[in-house]
This record gives sequence, structure tokens and C-alpha cells, in this order.
Amino acid sequence: MVMMTGARALLEALKRQKAEVIFGIPGGAMIPVYDALYDTELRHVLMRHEQCAAHAADGYARASGRVGVCMATSGPGATNLVTGIATAYMDSSPVVAFTGQVPRAFIGKDAFQETDIVGITTPITKWNSQVKSATEIPRAVKTAFYIASSGRPGPVLVDLPKDTQIESAEMDFGDNIELRGYRPNYEPHPLQVEKAVNLLTQAERPIIVAGGGVIASNASSELVALAGLLLAPVSTTLMGKGCIPENHPLSLGLLGMHGTFASNTLVPEADVLLAVGMRFGDRTTGDVKTFCPDAKIIHIDIDSSEMGKNIRPHVPIAADAKRTLQGIYNRLIQHFRKKERSVWLSRVKELKNQHEEMVKPEGGLKPPRLLVELRKMLPEEAIITTEVGQNQMWAALYLKAYKPRTFISSGGLGTMGFGFPASIGAKVACPEVPVIDIAGDGSFLMTQQDLASSVVGNIPVIVIVFNNSVLGMVAQWQRLFYNRRYSQVDLRRTPDFVKLAEAFGAQGFRVDSLDEFLKAVKAALNSGVTTVIDVPISPEENVFPMVPPGGGIGDIIRGEEI
Amino acid sequence: MSKEEIYVVSAIVENKPGVLRNISAMFSRRNFNIESISAGTAEQRDLTRITLTIRGDEGTLEQVVKQLNKLIDVIKVSTLDPTSTVVRELALIKVNTLDARVRSDVINYTEIFKGHIVDVAHESLIIEITGDSDKINAFIELMRSFGVKEIARTGITALPRGMRSVGLEGEEVNPDGKSVF
Repeated sequence: MVMMTGARALLEALKRQKAEVIFGIPGGAMIPVYDALYDTELRHVLMRHEQCAAHAADGYARASGRVGVCMATSGPGATNLVTGIATAYMDSSPVVAFTGQVPRAFIGKDAFQETDIVGITTPITKWNSQVKSATEIPRAVKTAFYIASSGRPGPVLVDLPKDTQIESAEMDFGDNIELRGYRPNYEPHPLQVEKAVNLLTQAERPIIVAGGGVIASNASSELVALAGLLLAPVSTTLMGKGCIPENHPLSLGLLGMHGTFASNTLVPEADVLLAVGMRFGDRTTGDVKTFCPDAKIIHIDIDSSEMGKNIRPHVPIAADAKRTLQGIYNRLIQHFRKKERSVWLSRVKELKNQHEEMVKPEGGLKPPRLLVELRKMLPEEAIITTEVGQNQMWAALYLKAYKPRTFISSGGLGTMGFGFPASIGAKVACPEVPVIDIAGDGSFLMTQQDLASSVVGNIPVIVIVFNNSVLGMVAQWQRLFYNRRYSQVDLRRTPDFVKLAEAFGAQGFRVDSLDEFLKAVKAALNSGVTTVIDVPISPEENVFPMVPPGGGIGDIIRGEEI
Repeated sequence: MSKEEIYVVSAIVENKPGVLRNISAMFSRRNFNIESISAGTAEQRDLTRITLTIRGDEGTLEQVVKQLNKLIDVIKVSTLDPTSTVVRELALIKVNTLDARVRSDVINYTEIFKGHIVDVAHESLIIEITGDSDKINAFIELMRSFGVKEIARTGITALPRGMRSVGLEGEEVNPDGKSVF
């Protein structure tokens, strides 16, 4: 037991959790914590908007696999975190948020900058809590980290009334965390593993659909090994991108609304579908009736409530992806004779070739070609973040990922403005690798003020803005499904991004050819300075292939019929 | 889709602030229909027992149980089998009794239903009645002909009969997703 203030206890508890960085902004109800921070070595990245603090913590978590920490004051500081917390929740990212709160005696009195942030964030956090006294702080921090990072990861919020930060108390940091209502199950049930093995042994046309859970449980090598043993092609969800190297012969690429021709054609043809660390989200399945009508489904997910939520599996396995894939592999290898799969594999090859033909990048300043060329300039470990919309789908389709945790995107919530602050967090986690945000002008404008945190904090990232002066994905839908009635998508005059970058002390380039683009990227990579590359593109560009909303994943619009 | 039914779910949860809010927030977010919810201290003082009645099909019930289990402060969730469960609800009913004849009828019916008169005023009575929901519904229907002024119902609470238990020490009825299949 040690006597100290709540604020110091918070920082001490963070240190004991091996937290190395906080993304945050101070404010009235958080001043005691920031005062204590003044005396510590703990790194704090000062953001310019709390939403960006949450996204940066999220980007840090996704790039590193560790808990990301963000901090904000009460009231507006706390509510500004909300979009970032909801983003982390939908994508199961371990983020711990600390918010200041008005002093205990003022709670419920509509005090200055008071808001019920615990109430507000209940549906978008895995767990949240308000500290009632300073002594609770060490335990609250420990619980927050434990819950955020175990089982199915997710964001946790701890609300700290100002007087609990000031109050001194005997602090116990040794407390063991025992939660009666929370015991995540990691081990797969051997009977279920056996059932899965039996199905996979008999499969003629097996396919694996891998999601973000494979990355969260660090199960990439187990996944690739099992795919190789089964000779089963692997489709990924947006969140799963990178869990198998996309130049692997068995990699089919993205599945779903903007899935590859190979993924979207082969999944409905499968006779056994092994879904791992994914939740059959609507953007992945399209119309569930035609998703994989003839397949026996094995569903592995750590969250048992995902079993049967959207699609009812034949073999549900509520357990950790890594251990389950290992378990299946170990059982399989005992009596599995490599199947003759030439028919299925030649079909895989044929469709992959057809996809490559279909999406062959055209010349000119078009995102697909630029992304293919960009990839060639980057090391395999380079981290890509994306905004949301056309930029995101182009990146998902054309910018191949070779390693887990190198493609970071807001999948579930689809948060425009996520990619840039997430890139700052990723760069803090991995300072040695280039971090690039693939952006659209609409998305970038939502969080561009944090160029200041990037420049002043010396966290150099690269933003590539595909600038079409429209809200591109909505424009695409209006073009395809709303008779070209372009309602409120025309941004008309987007700001001069070069000047914008320069105004913040960053570097800006505008490029008008592939050559200039490559030069700008090279300059950005070599300079180690935050860089914005403005790439003017046509507002008429579409992302293809695409499945129309409500369609089955096989109903692919290729583009040439438009 | 299988057909809609009423299910009774019993949950043991941490007795601390915010837990009931978390549960009702989850129900509204997941678009589940709660017919009634009641909460009170359970066998240990740091536990609360929540009894829920839910309308839906089997798939809904399964999701309700799993989503409840997923909440950190929910310790144990059980589905109760209506054929082997004691289900009770308490209702307070205020009835207009300006007419003396009505008053004696109301008192008679209350006796038949094994209710109690718990408040007597010149122009009204309050009746306390417990039982399963069918009995209470029947009694309320009867009282409506006399003029019901106010009704307060607790929502049902329930325990399984015999040695079967839904407490922390008892057999696991629905420990987690694994056993549901």
C-alpha cells in the first residue's frame, strides 16, 4: 500500500500495465491528471481534437496489438471521443479511454462541462465505469486493460471525477482481477474440433474466410499453414486483410460488396466454408441466402454470441482463432492425405486470373494504377491506413497487404476521418516503418486539423489524397442507383491541400502524372516529414467490382456495362 | 422462422450501479422485446437476480441469452422451463368503490382470488394480488367492470422447482454459447 493522489495512482497503474503512450487533450476536469503527468516519463501525444485521440489510440492498438490509451476532459472532451470509441467497438480494437468528470458532489447538477459519458458510451464500449473514490483507481485501470485486451478485444472507458484525481489514499496495486461475470473461453471444445476436422477431411471445394479475429489473435501463420495443408483458398473480410500475404497462391483477396471476382465467385461454390474470426457482416455476405448455399459452415469466433447471429453454422466453435486453427491442424495432419484438388485449384487460378484481367489498371491518374505503383515503392512492413469510401475500397482491392497489422481501416463503423489520426497512432507504435493514409478529400477534411499533432509531435506520416472534389462513394451510388441525381455530394472547391499542409508546417505536393506521383512519394519517404500528396482525379471514377446493395455476392457489376 | 413465444430468463448479476442500465441498453440496441423485467437482491447481498420475460422465437431467445452472457457484469443466465418453474407476479390495483354494492363484490372477488385489501378509502380500495400472470390478468379483467383507477404490476419473478437451481452454485443451465448447440 502506498499513499498518493488518484492522479498519480492512475499514471502509476498505467506504467504497471506497460502503457508507453497516451493520446489526449487536457481540460478542466482532467487538470490534476495532467499535473501529475508533468512529473513522469510517460509519453503523451497532444492531439488537436479528442476524436483524433481515440482514433490514434485505436491505430496504435491495431498496429501494435497492444492496448491504446486516450484521454479527454469531461463534457465536450468526452463526447468528442464517442465516434472514436464506437469505431474501436465495431472493429474489436483494444482501446482504453479515460475521461475527466465533474467532482462527485456536482454530478447530476448539470455542472459546467458535465455529461453522463458512462451512459452515453454504454452501447459502444465492452465495459465502462465511473470511479467512486481514489482508492478504486488502480483496480479500475487494471480491470480496464484486462477487459479491453482479453477475449474479443474492445474499448473500455473509465470516468474519473475530478476530486477522485486530487484525493490522496492508500493505493493497492497488487489487487488481482477476478470478474465473476467475465471468463473468456480460449480453448476450443475437442468435440467441435473433431467435427470440423471431419468436414474438412471430406471437403472437395473447401474455402476459408478469414476476418479481423485472425489478426487480433495473431493467428496468421496458423491460418496460412492450415490453408496450405487443406489446399483451401483464403478470402478475407476488410478487417482480415493482411492475415494471409496477398501474393500467396491461395489468397483470393477481399470478399463482399467490393470483393474480388475470385472471392465473390468461389465462396458460393464452396462445399465446406471455414469462417474464422469474422462475423458474417452484411458488407461481407451480401444476401445471406446466396452467400454459400451448398456449404457446410464451420464458424470459429471467440465471441459465442456471433454463432448464429447472422448465419447459422453447422459447427460452431466459440474459442480463440489461433488455438482452434492449431487444434484443427494438429488433428488433421495425423490422418489427412493431401487431396487431389487439381479441379478446384485450377478453378481458383482461373478466377484469380479473370479478376486480374478485369481490374487491370488503366493509364492516367487513376487510383488503381497509382496504388499498384505505390505498393512497389513500399517495404512489406509499411502500414497503410485508409479513410472510408472509394479511397478505402481502392486501397483494399489494389494495394496488396503482405503482413497482418499493416492494413488499418474502419470496417464496421465506416468512419470517415479515421485513417489520418489512426496513421499517427500507427506511426507511434511503429516509428521505423513508413505509415501512409490513403484518403479522399472528403474524409481528410474531417480530421485534417491533426496535421498539427503530426508536425509538432514529430510523427511523420504520409497522406495521399485522391481528390475528386466529391463525396465519391455516395456519388457512385447516386450515379449507379439514383439516376445520377447528385444530391449534396459536390464539394466544389476543396481547399488547396498543398497550402493546407504548408500552413501546418508539413510538406505538400500536387501531382499531375504518374511520374510526379512516384517522385512525390519518394520525396515523402526520404524526407521523414509529414507530407500531403494531393492527387486530382476525375469525379466520375467508380470502384469496381461491386455488388449492388441487397444483391448476392455473386451479382457482380464489373464496370464495363455502365 | 419458428413461432413467437414467451420465454422467462433469469440472470444473476453484480449488485452495483449501472448494471440494469447496461442490460436495458443492450436490449434496446439489439432490438429485443422485453415484456417485463424485475430485479431484486438474490441469495447473496452482492448479487441481483433479474427476471425477464421475452417475446420472440427460439433464435431470439438464444441471442438474448448470449448477449446477456456477453455483458461483463452478468454472471449467469438461465432459461426457465415453464412446466417446472414457479412464476409469480405482484399487482396493486386501485378500484372505484363509490357504490356500496360494488364494494362488497370487489371484496368477494378478492377473497376468491386470494388477494388482500391493503388500503381502504371512502371511494376506493387497493387490492394486492399475487400469482402467475394469467391469474392477475383474469382478476384485472374482472375489476375493470367496476372501474379500475390505477394498476401497478411488478413484472414476474421466478425460480425453478425442486433441487434445480439457477443460482451461482447450481447446475449450469446455459453456461455459454457452447452448450446451446
